[in-house]
Amino acid sequence: MGIYSRVDRDNMTIAVLLKQVPDTTSKIAVSDGRVDQDSVSKWSTSPYDEYALEYALQLKESGGGDLVAITCGPSRSSKMLTDAAAVGADSMLHVEADTSEMDSRQIQSILAAAVKHCGADVILCGKQAADTNSGSTGPGVANLIGAACVGMVSEVNVDGDGFSALRASPSGNERVMVSKPCLFAFDKAATELRRPNVKGIMMAKKKVIETVSPGDLGVDIGESGVKIHAHDLPPEKPPGQKFEGAESVSIVVSKLREEANVI
Amino acid sequence: MNITIIAETNGNQLHSVTSQLAGAASSLGGTTTLLCPGGVGESEASEISGVSKVISLKGDCFSSFDSGAWSAVMAPHCDGVVIASSSPTGRELASQIASKMGVPVVQDLTEIGQDLKMTRSVYSGKAIETSTASGSCVITLRQNAFESAGSGGNAELITVDSTSEVSVAVKEAMAKASERLDVSEADIIISGGRGMGDPANFSHLNEVADVIGAAVGASRAAVDSWDEIPHNMQVGQTGKTVNPSLYIAVGISGAIQHLAGMRSSKYIVAINKDPDAPIFGVADYGIVATWEEALPSLKEELAKL
Ligand SMILES: Cc1cc2nc3c(=O)[nH]c(=O)nc-3n(C[C@H](O)[C@H](O)[C@H](O)COP(=O)(O)OP(=O)(O)OC[C@H]3O[C@@H](n4cnc5c(N)ncnc54)[C@H](O)[C@@H]3O)c2cc1C
Ligand SMILES: Nc1ncnc2c1ncn2[C@@H]1O[C@H](COP(=O)(O)O)[C@@H](O)[C@H]1O
Repeated sequence: MGIYSRVDRDNMTIAVLLKQVPDTTSKIAVSDGRVDQDSVSKWSTSPYDEYALEYALQLKESGGGDLVAITCGPSRSSKMLTDAAAVGADSMLHVEADTSEMDSRQIQSILAAAVKHCGADVILCGKQAADTNSGSTGPGVANLIGAACVGMVSEVNVDGDGFSALRASPSGNERVMVSKPCLFAFDKAATELRRPNVKGIMMAKKKVIETVSPGDLGVDIGESGVKIHAHDLPPEKPPGQKFEGAESVSIVVSKLREEANVI
Repeated sequence: MNITIIAETNGNQLHSVTSQLAGAASSLGGTTTLLCPGGVGESEASEISGVSKVISLKGDCFSSFDSGAWSAVMAPHCDGVVIASSSPTGRELASQIASKMGVPVVQDLTEIGQDLKMTRSVYSGKAIETSTASGSCVITLRQNAFESAGSGGNAELITVDSTSEVSVAVKEAMAKASERLDVSEADIIISGGRGMGDPANFSHLNEVADVIGAAVGASRAAVDSWDEIPHNMQVGQTGKTVNPSLYIAVGISGAIQHLAGMRSSKYIVAINKDPDAPIFGVADYGIVATWEEALPSLKEELAKL
């Protein structure tokens, strides 16, 4: 049994799903009813996906196997894959497509096909992307590929033939066990994120990104079932009232009661 | 139109947000069925007004959370517009159900208008998206954004025994470090940042919170700097998104990632010693003072009410 599980693990293919989003420090502008992609000053890997990548690297180090970084997005997103290779991803798959008007079903079907294409049986992703703020993709992909789904994960380790993960639960935390195939959707974790070194960056530059279209993967995504009417900037709040000194606390408390009606 | 509501449960109780889901459903009009995973809260659920049928799903697979196993049992009972809570488990379950139904899921709506016009915030609160679905869909709703349905209903209650293969096994459950109210549950939140100076000083926030029944939150700088402040208290882009009636930020500068999690609060109060702190840009009421000076009188004034 021990021998078989060892062999098994060497064959493990881990996939991490990375989405490129406007960096959190970027200003968001709207033009013609859509977030203006061209005005985004900096694109980054979505914050939770970075934790997914870090744990994917740790799983590979402790359990063996290959790590493939996957994204679906426009051509600019390939840079994010090279960054992932610089910290240790073995291969990269870029499904080139504009995802901005896709619904959750469409993006899930593309990524599920991408995962199958790579033969991955352990998938890590973020719990929610910083642009969509949804949290729909991981569970949907898990369903489509028939994988066990663990969300709100902050840690995952190889454990015997399977994996043990720490996830948040409504009443605290839980340690859960799953076996392959499985998907982990990451929350913020208590681990340091690694930064690429010069050697990693040089190696990554030499690696070839496999670039495909959804059609190449054999998926027909059909029509979006959700029509976006508009993106708008959040309504400007009227300027607040500002008071000097702790003496003003009583004024604010009475305003909270009389003006705002919240206490 | 048929509407299916996924009850939100809280251990072995019905979560109060379930009634808000029913409230939103009644604004859509149609026949509403409510699914109770594990049979939790079935009798309470059948009293929510506007619900015509409660399907109580019983089975071993509901003894711990496995969205794959739960959705396999629940999806066949889902029809039309499916509504769940946008809690972490609600989102996960909703996505699995949508995928099994072959329909899209739209998460964390803050408003539903005519003809199911959906409003949600995207880009960490920096933009608002409005959309409509062309057919069946699954939606999740933000807690406290919708009016609760009243009680006094009398829905038909059906029990269905269900089995499903569980693939996520819970080995160990660890209770929350504190028994305090969770920030995502609370209607009033008081949060502390690095300006609190020391984790022990959070006791002053706890005291104020106790007077008004508030939850205590924290900035990421506080969570990252001090082990005593757990991550489940963090508000912001990589913490919790909150939507209370009142948010009091104490010793928090107001970084964009913090604002992402709390700027949709109905009223915001900021206490900060730096008059130029960005938090004052979103505060309805700003108090330029140290917490050492302001918190004792805040507690005293609130206690007088
Ligand atoms: C990808 C990413 C994700 C992030 N996610 C989050 C997130 O989810 N949540 C979050 O909060 N941050 C997040 N951050 C961090 C964020 O950028 C800020 O670093 C953090 O919010 C700062 O916390 P703070 O306001 O407590 O600390 P500081 O910025 O250090 O501010 C402390 C404030 O306290 C005031 N002060 C000092 N002493 C006193 C006193 N005695 N009385 C009153 N006021 C006093 C100061 O004037 C200052 O304004 C994220 C950052 C990144 C890059
Ligand atoms: N276009 C994409 N390419 C790669 N990964 C994605 C993409 N969209 C979503 N994901 C993954 O799914 C997670 C949740 O995304 P979302 O459902 O949009 O909130 C993200 O954090 C990513 O890990």
